Amino acid sequence: MTVQENHLSLYVHWPFCEAKCPYCDFNSHVRERVDTGAYRKALLAELDFFAELTKGKRLTSIFFGGGTPSLMPPEIVAAVIEKAKEFWDLSSNIEITLEANPGSSEAKKFAAFRTAGVNRLSLGVQSFDDQALKFLGRIHNAQEAEAAIEIARDTFPRFSFDLIYALPGQTNQAWREELGTALTLAQGHLSLYQLTLERDTAFYRQHRRGKFFLPREEEAADLFTLTREVCEQAGLKAYETSNFAVPGEESRHNLNYWQGGCYVGIGPGAHSRIFADGAWRAVSTLKIPEQWLEKVEQNGAGLAEDVLLTARQRGEEIVMTALRLKDGLDKKNFARNSGIPLKNLINQDALDALKEQNLVVESETRLAATRDGALLVNAILGELLA
Amino acid sequence: MSATENIRNFSIIAHIDHGKSTLADRLIQICGGLSQREMREQVLDSMDIERERGITIKAQTVRLNYRAKDGKDYILNLMDTPGHVDFSYEVSRSLAACEGSLLVVDASQGVEAQTLANVYKALDSNHEIIPILNKIDLPAAEPERIRRQIEDVIGLDASGAILVSAKTGEGVDEVLEALVTQLPAPQGDASKPLAALLVDSWYDPYLGVIILVRIVDGVLKKGQTIRMMSSGREHLVEQVGVFTPKLKRVDALGPGEVGYLTAAIKEVAHTRVGDTLTDAKKPAAKPLPGFQPVQSVVFCGLYPVDTSDYEHLKVSLGKLKLNDASFEYAPETSMALGSGFRCGFLGMLHLEIIQERLSREFDLDLITTAPSVIYKVHMTSGEVKELHNPADLPEVTRIKKIDEPWIRATILVPDEYLGAILKLCEDRRGVQVDLTYAGSRAMVVYDLPLNEVVYDFYDRLKSLSRGYASFDYTIEEYREGNLVRMSILVNGEPVDALSMMIHRSKAEARGRALCAKLKELIPRALFKIPIQAALGGKVIARETLSAMRKDVTAKCYGGDFTRKRKLLDKQKKGKARMRTFGKVSIPQEAFIAALKMDQD
Ligand SMILES: Nc1nc2c(ncn2[C@@H]2O[C@H](COP(=O)(O)OP(=O)(O)OP(=O)(O)O)[C@@H](O)[C@H]2O)c(=O)[nH]1
Ligand SMILES: C[S@@+](CC[C@H](N)C(=O)[O-])C[C@H]1O[C@@H](n2cnc3c(N)ncnc32)[C@H](O)[C@@H]1O
Ligand code: SF4
Ligand SMILES: [Mg+2]
Repeated sequence: MTVQENHLSLYVHWPFCEAKCPYCDFNSHVRERVDTGAYRKALLAELDFFAELTKGKRLTSIFFGGGTPSLMPPEIVAAVIEKAKEFWDLSSNIEITLEANPGSSEAKKFAAFRTAGVNRLSLGVQSFDDQALKFLGRIHNAQEAEAAIEIARDTFPRFSFDLIYALPGQTNQAWREELGTALTLAQGHLSLYQLTLERDTAFYRQHRRGKFFLPREEEAADLFTLTREVCEQAGLKAYETSNFAVPGEESRHNLNYWQGGCYVGIGPGAHSRIFADGAWRAVSTLKIPEQWLEKVEQNGAGLAEDVLLTARQRGEEIVMTALRLKDGLDKKNFARNSGIPLKNLINQDALDALKEQNLVVESETRLAATRDGALLVNAILGELLA
Repeated sequence: MSATENIRNFSIIAHIDHGKSTLADRLIQICGGLSQREMREQVLDSMDIERERGITIKAQTVRLNYRAKDGKDYILNLMDTPGHVDFSYEVSRSLAACEGSLLVVDASQGVEAQTLANVYKALDSNHEIIPILNKIDLPAAEPERIRRQIEDVIGLDASGAILVSAKTGEGVDEVLEALVTQLPAPQGDASKPLAALLVDSWYDPYLGVIILVRIVDGVLKKGQTIRMMSSGREHLVEQVGVFTPKLKRVDALGPGEVGYLTAAIKEVAHTRVGDTLTDAKKPAAKPLPGFQPVQSVVFCGLYPVDTSDYEHLKVSLGKLKLNDASFEYAPETSMALGSGFRCGFLGMLHLEIIQERLSREFDLDLITTAPSVIYKVHMTSGEVKELHNPADLPEVTRIKKIDEPWIRATILVPDEYLGAILKLCEDRRGVQVDLTYAGSRAMVVYDLPLNEVVYDFYDRLKSLSRGYASFDYTIEEYREGNLVRMSILVNGEPVDALSMMIHRSKAEARGRALCAKLKELIPRALFKIPIQAALGGKVIARETLSAMRKDVTAKCYGGDFTRKRKLLDKQKKGKARMRTFGKVSIPQEAFIAALKMDQD
């Protein structure tokens, strides 16, 4: 799979959640009430703004992410999709994903989302263990999660769900069993994330105060390897560090990000990478919903930053994300896409040493982390891009 | 110019923290040297580091005007001195400029090691000594017991000791009277050729070099051409004045007076403390007795963390040196650390202070190598080389023997901690010289190799005695030692900045501890890293840092790659703070920890 230059993905951010999870550092906010009408107008206005910059492209995917986009009125989802159709040429097999939390009230809306045009659902299950869900501060339980999965499977052509593992005290055996449950319920795609402590989250502070302990590096490495083995036995390939799919079922939207494609993001704290006039433009919007809203109402877009990337920066971004992919980096199109030849960007001595250590493989067309290298991508990037 | 019989020159001496600077505050206040608004605690401690640490580092001079009970006006020249052993040369200089001393003893603590050391210095300078029992406002003060202690331990008549609270001001009037009635007036002859002792000098950004002098004979005036007797350099005097403690110009300084002069001198290095200044037209026949030159006792390498800061470090050291002639530096290079400087200090506190000033005043991030003393390496050829840096040790086969400096340490310690302190001294290869008791306290005298003392002996002493032991030392002599150089190899590469001279009997234990510590501090790499300590080619300790197992971010933050790029930049910055040896990066903390490591 390679990126197509005239292809475009659209991301739509819904920044609200019912409660803030203690591990989460996404741009999510809890608000007593949300003026959905105002957000509807603002999203559509921003869509206008970005459409102007990307005229003539073919839209291959849309992703409603958050926050909790399943809290959106389905009508807004429909309106965004309709408007997108006016601006761009939609590919016939366009992938339209929506992230959903598995609460029962949300599950009731699935059918409406489907009607609006969503054809892929990504459910934030996080765990099938009630105690773990409680630790993670989630407001749903395992039973609700399984029920939501049932409905999703019946409603959408494609669906996936997320789990978080490497929780405090989680044994290999316990995770293996939970993963078994997940695989029986899954339909071709899973996202499996190791719990990460992010700065400025409640978990980060609790951990610093010694309230809980995460698995040590060795244990985390074992869990990581075990996850890949179990998934692959079930036919789901680890196509990215934390993403697993039956071939053909990969998230095309995310693959486009990771392979260095063009994308537009609307809503608070969304990011865009747009190729225009011979340069890559990195645009982001204000993160605080109210500030974003105000700015869109004034200017038609809530921009926070709008900069041109140097070829080196662009090249680094692509290397950083592509090396997380099983198939790695597409060497052929790299220089054309980024503007910098790969050999000018990466340290050849380091590359030779990494190949020697069997952490990286290189062919005529691709550069990728090996099975062993997949656990060490950050360190590998540190060496290659030093 | 004042008549000598109306002048009294005195130093305030004491153990660290016994209240010298606070007593100086009260004396300045009573004599009206500063207005209420200008006054603050320990007003003479003007450097930031002095104020923060609450200690005096540089001696300070103040002229006070005092009308005594006899109705006459006197000029009192006060010199406040530091208590810490590293700065004892400051005490010696001040003493040479005075006829008497106020010996301050904390009435709740009693006689401590620097009390003794400084009293002996004052007696050597033929000083009249007035004992002061300070801090009598404290509930724990026991002036009567301490009075006896002074007599027992020091052998000084303390019957006339004045009871003072420098904090409340109680008894300070009596101190002023005692200065006038008990101290001798200075002697000297205004008609003789000028002979002035150069007590101190420092750099002032507005006035250039300021020289502190004590006039012995003759008169110093503006417009006079003076000559430095050691170098023959001549300068035209631009300004003459005194400290009140603010600078105040006067027309002339006569015999017995203490004051300053400026003479368009650009560098402190051109003024030698202890030198004699005389009149170029009418020179004195012979110079005054000077001081022992100060000698650095501890050496270490200072390297910029960021190699591009080398020039900045060089300029900064030059600027610091303008104000502190007591430290020295010379360029050196290290395989491990690149270009830097080997610096000599008066002791560990001095080292710490210079390091802190470099980072604070000049915004420099530094790597400090393990401190070392000066070894004398006797070569088979008969030549004797001074070794300041373990990396420079010659080929072992060409060495006949190595001598190391020894000190004589005096330690005062309450009975209950004596055992622990004796053990500490024995562990550090000490040889007991004397052990006596004064009441419930022991006074122990030990000869110790300086390299066992330099970096953590004082801390250990304090912690083993819960802060009650005090310590003073003098450098004694060089003695032969079974000394070896221990090298540290990381991934097979020697890291010269971590090598150290060490006594053979201690090498294994130290090597093991250091390897274990480095294993904790060096970040794991994509391969396993052996960490070894070796004597010559022989490995005496070894640890292996296993290869990194997992280092990958779970989430990829949707399309927010700006954030990922920032993380990568942070990773790169972190690397810049490390030094690379072969393929391994060693963080700055590892060098510091190696230096701080507890020996026991
Ligand atoms: N209660 C009480 N505290 C005092 C008295 N004199 C000094 N102190 C306190 O003792 C501490 C040390 O006082 P300094 O005047 O800085 O002592 P020093 O002898 O100049 O110290 P160094 O210059 O570092 O040797 C300070 O916290 C003072 O406030 C006193 O008479 N009574
Ligand atoms: C945009 S987030 C949240 C989507 C949705 N609001 C939810 O919580 O289900 C996508 C996924 O990232 C994962 N995630 C978020 N924070 C994480 C963390 N600190 N460590 C590991 N995974 C995390 C969760 O599995 C989550 O479902
Ligand atoms: S529901 Fe999802 S986006 Fe919202 S706080 Fe929790 S993890 Fe973050
Ligand atoms: Mg002081």
